[in-house]
Amino acid sequence: MNNQCDVKIYALSTCSHCRDTKEFLNQCGIAYKSINVDELAPEERKKVLMELKELSPECAFPTIVIGDRVIVGLQKKEIKEVLGIK
Amino acid sequence: MKIEQLYEVLKKSQEAKGYYFNRNKKRVFDLLEGLLINKKRYGYMCCPCRLAAEDRHWDQDIICPCVYRGPDVAEYGSCYCQLYVSQEGNEEKMPHAYVPERRPMEKRFRL
Repeated sequence: MNNQCDVKIYALSTCSHCRDTKEFLNQCGIAYKSINVDELAPEERKKVLMELKELSPECAFPTIVIGDRVIVGLQKKEIKEVLGIK
Repeated sequence: MKIEQLYEVLKKSQEAKGYYFNRNKKRVFDLLEGLLINKKRYGYMCCPCRLAAEDRHWDQDIICPCVYRGPDVAEYGSCYCQLYVSQEGNEEKMPHAYVPERRPMEKRFRL
């Protein structure tokens, strides 16, 4: 299992898909860092949004970064594939 | 307004238009809570699954119910957030499909 790589989630605190994604990763036993973009102060938010825009032109939540892979939305099959989970 | 009140008001008004709350009541209440948080934050009920620009005019299309709800429910059986679904979607007890973001790219983030 490729669960050693860095996993990061760009999320919104109010978003149900973001919540589901975190729950899904918890169930899979995957550690991750999470940023709730809506809770950031304006300057920090701008910085993070620019970072996110660089990662994916889709600009939607959640955006999940696993190593050098970027997945937009709770795409369970794709997330499992990238993480090497059966 | 409390969540329960919002639930009752929207249920009545939206069902009359053919849009039903998701049968997953916990999900519905979480999303309604998100709407109330956004109302407090921004002054309008911005979609909980999208980032508000904190500008009512800019966000007009994503004030719930968003303008994408109609085409999303028609095509996927649910809106982007999965707050609203079609009657058939709930009755058939089928898992709701992933709904891709329909909002135009240039509207999504305002830096």
